[in-house]
Amino acid sequence: MTRVSMRVDGVTYTDEVEPRTLLVHHLREALGKVGTVVGCDTSNCGACTVHLDGQAVKSCTVLAVQADGAEVTTIEGIGSTDALHPVQKAFHEQHGLQCGFCTPGMIMASIDLLKENPSPSEDEVREGIEGNLCRCTGYQNIVRAVQQAAREMSGTSETLGAQS
Amino acid sequence: MIPAPFEYVRPTTVEEAVQAVAEGGDDVKIMAGGQSLIPVMRLRLAAPETIVDLGRVAEMRGVREDGDALVIGAMTTHAEVIADPLIAQHARLIAEATETVADRQTRRRGTFGGALAHADPAGDLPSVALALDAEMVVAGPEGRRTVPAREFFVDYLTTALDEGEVLVEIRVPKLAGDWGVRYEKFNRVAQAWSIVAVAAAVRRENGHIAEARIGLTNMGPVPLRAPATEAALAGASASPDAVAAAARSAAEGTSPSSDLNAQADYRQHLAQVLTRRAVATAAGL
Ligand SMILES: Cc1cc2nc3c(=O)[nH]c(=O)nc-3n(C[C@H](O)[C@H](O)[C@H](O)COP(=O)(O)OP(=O)(O)OC[C@H]3O[C@@H](n4cnc5c(N)ncnc54)[C@H](O)[C@@H]3O)c2cc1C
Ligand code: FES
Ligand code: FES
Repeated sequence: MTRVSMRVDGVTYTDEVEPRTLLVHHLREALGKVGTVVGCDTSNCGACTVHLDGQAVKSCTVLAVQADGAEVTTIEGIGSTDALHPVQKAFHEQHGLQCGFCTPGMIMASIDLLKENPSPSEDEVREGIEGNLCRCTGYQNIVRAVQQAAREMSGTSETLGAQS
Repeated sequence: MIPAPFEYVRPTTVEEAVQAVAEGGDDVKIMAGGQSLIPVMRLRLAAPETIVDLGRVAEMRGVREDGDALVIGAMTTHAEVIADPLIAQHARLIAEATETVADRQTRRRGTFGGALAHADPAGDLPSVALALDAEMVVAGPEGRRTVPAREFFVDYLTTALDEGEVLVEIRVPKLAGDWGVRYEKFNRVAQAWSIVAVAAAVRRENGHIAEARIGLTNMGPVPLRAPATEAALAGASASPDAVAAAARSAAEGTSPSSDLNAQADYRQHLAQVLTRRAVATAAGL
């Protein structure tokens, strides 16, 4: 066992883990952060995406020991039911989800994309979230949601003032 | 699935890493970004006894200049390569190819050195390293040695790294003169590996192509150059016809595999088409 310490959604946790423990399993099973899900065995689906020191990574392809000393943000750490993150709100309003399984990862990848490119074109959104697969939506509404969030976050949305 | 149990070692210097590998038993595996290794461990296709994680070896990360060469630390991530100003200035072909690797999240963890050491025939960076005449600086129990890219890729998933050796950094000669570059990758779906890809660097002089270097991805078990095309382009006029004629020999001497994505003859066809496109773009046509 190896001792690891990490700050997850603003709270510091110190635990003994087996080196083979994947970060996603540590988050879900040891820390109860079940908002982050596992959708595949091949590092393709992106459902497990979290931010590690501010950067989107697939938490099924990181060992918990590799996150020792790091800052982790999960889908549970970006907003609350009363105050959704603009990307969460846009996914809701644009129907960017059906079953919702891909959504936590889609949102975490989208936030990462928008940090780098605050007003992505449709193609840039599609490429920016190519690491996340959705079996339901056909992506159309996901792309719309990311673009709506981009407008709101950069303050260019006309509806933002009216709604908030 | 969850990987099988292993011992975990996290060195902080190259010397410690070499020592940890030497002491790691018969079945020791080096981990860089883990983006190829963790998936195969999850599938239990690999179950090493010991993992030596290079993630905290700070001296293996980053890009610096050394005279006529750029020195890229093996642990420099794909995302760092894409954003690096020195690479943008002196070895843009690497950044262009790296942008096509995997997806945003995987590029944040996967490393330049890991992609070269992994030596997947469909990997995008080995052919680029070959086209740019890069050199691999390798550390082992007996000290350091330098292996040119031409000798580094030995076979399918096999490099010239001996047991116990760590790839420390990659020296890439700066392109001096009026070079244009292009990486043309053919794949079908998001985050997919290359079915075939072509890396081209072209130096123009007075309306002619003075020199061209071409690297082929997935045209055999190891990355290849296209010597016949390179020879035909040296001194050729920088015209679409001349480029198209030279590109016809791009697949000469290649032995690509046939698989679910493509038959060998189709890959050879693709190599010609992609070479034409890559060289034309690199030559500014
Ligand atoms: C979904 C997905 C899609 C991908 N798509 C592409 C793609 O389109 N194109 C592409 O080129 N790649 C692709 N990759 C692979 C990606 O580029 C990896 O980053 C790369 O292959 C391995 O780099 P790594 O740093 O993660 O190495 P690791 O996975 O840590 O290691 C890979 C291998 O190299 C060895 N190794 C690593 N570093 C060293 C070193 N310094 N010295 C000695 N041995 C070392 C390890 O022991 C291991 O055998 C993809 C990966 C995923 C998960
Ligand atoms: S669970 Fe599918 S990429 Fe992580
Ligand atoms: S909403 Fe079901 S997988 Fe995306």
